Amino acid sequence: MTEAAGGVWQAAYIVAALSIVLSIKWLSSPVTARRGVFAGEFGLLFAIIGTLLRQEVLSYEWILVAMAVGAAIGAPLAYLMPMTAVPQLTALSHAFGAFAAALVGTAEYYREPATGFKMTALAIEIVLGYLTTTASVMAFGKLQEIIPTRPMTYRGQNVVNLSLFAFALALGGWMIYQPAPNWVFPAFVGLALLFGVLLIMPIGGGDMPTVIALLNSYAGAACCAMGFALENRLLIIAGAVNASSGFILSVIMCKAMNRSFTNVLFGAFGQVQAGAAAKTAAKPVKSATAEDAAQVLASARKVIIVPGYGMAVAQAQHKLRELTDALTKRGVDVEFAIHPVAGRMPGHMNVLLAEADIPYDRLHEMEDINPDFAEADVALVIGANDVVNPAARHDTTSPIYGMPILDVDKAQTVMVIKRSMNPGFAGIDNELYYMDRTLMLFGDAKSFVGEIVKALPAAG
Amino acid sequence: MSNEIEVSLYVLVLAVPLGLELVRRVSPLLHTPLMSLTNAISAISVVGAILIAGSGTAPTLSKVLGCVAVTCSTINIVAGFLITDRMLKMFRKKEGSK
Repeated sequence: MTEAAGGVWQAAYIVAALSIVLSIKWLSSPVTARRGVFAGEFGLLFAIIGTLLRQEVLSYEWILVAMAVGAAIGAPLAYLMPMTAVPQLTALSHAFGAFAAALVGTAEYYREPATGFKMTALAIEIVLGYLTTTASVMAFGKLQEIIPTRPMTYRGQNVVNLSLFAFALALGGWMIYQPAPNWVFPAFVGLALLFGVLLIMPIGGGDMPTVIALLNSYAGAACCAMGFALENRLLIIAGAVNASSGFILSVIMCKAMNRSFTNVLFGAFGQVQAGAAAKTAAKPVKSATAEDAAQVLASARKVIIVPGYGMAVAQAQHKLRELTDALTKRGVDVEFAIHPVAGRMPGHMNVLLAEADIPYDRLHEMEDINPDFAEADVALVIGANDVVNPAARHDTTSPIYGMPILDVDKAQTVMVIKRSMNPGFAGIDNELYYMDRTLMLFGDAKSFVGEIVKALPAAG
Repeated sequence: MSNEIEVSLYVLVLAVPLGLELVRRVSPLLHTPLMSLTNAISAISVVGAILIAGSGTAPTLSKVLGCVAVTCSTINIVAGFLITDRMLKMFRKKEGSK
């Protein structure tokens, strides 16, 4: 390799690494966030150009064709998906990224079978890559509701998973220790693929924010391992930044649910539900019409809206914006309370409300808004369930006991828009619905909010 | 342990806390864009994919796998960045100021 050519790609890599770091730094504030995206694109561009300039790269035609095909598939994906489908899209995009990492590991293994340190790195890359691929596809299926979102559990599940994992570990160790027979590598890949499926099967829809963040972390870690296998430090930096980003997000999500990692991954959320639901099914609830709701809202001074996944499903965010405008015009103070795990991925609600043009300074985090509920005349819950369940505070037998919740029950009046009395994803009954001050508004979130908006002028 | 590996491990040891610090500062408001941005960045594996696909010494199987990997990671890059930008365009502060 000549000195000059070597210098160029190395300089490009350093620029790329710097841009990637800056890109996440700029994303910390909404003011500089778009600059962050630009920096990220710039970083990836430099990484690609730098790589193409390396002397090891001899032929370009197929690479350019492959990139054109990738761009032609990726661009419509990003533009055609509705905003409510962002979690699915992210899961799908993870699957592609992780699959790429896994394929590189596979290709590298068949190019030059290795043992020792390099094989260790390759094995980690391959396990994490293939596992994340199938896990992301499964997560996509659950989010898109192609696969049932309820946790799928069977007896001895953890034993099966752990023994498969141990078997994969043994095969990996074999390949690291000495060149293994031909069947070992494909078996190793197969186990990784299978493990990804088994990992997501027992996980319920409500735990998806944690899982998506965790898969992000795995994809990053796979890149990082690839960096060690290919002796490429740009990959190590980008992969490590990514892995820690996904990791910290999943830790934040776990904290917001007061659960441990192991509990999310191996916990059986599904078992307690039957008893709890049966116990309270006969209790009376107060239901109300859109006109009643409009009346209450019109006479309120402060309204706090609590959106949840149900709002996303019903696509109610635009109608909610109309309601917010109508109430604001009447001098009502409308604020939004966002629970960290509302929705199907971290920050999901913020994006949907932003899509509906609701300014982000109206959206408040749980710690900031919780003291305000006591002064609020109305707390309007739209499609949220577990994150407002007071049982989390005092019922030690509840599966969500200890989870920090939004204190909606402290408001003067609580209104809950809900399709029916069916318990939510976690299958836990909510005592909030049976309070004297609670009005249940049964119906589709989107059309119900629309009816309230129509009824408002008549409400005086 | 070779010198190369030692330097790489130093890079790793510095990059992990840097990533943790950077992400800790991101407001929960932007967690979804953060995820899709880091998702796009994780497609840095395109570097490895190009090196394999364009390599002179790799057998055909490896080259084909490399090309597929280039396609997959490009999908990841393009979809990741475009969706992030699409989301961020929607965030605005004051009513009426578009």
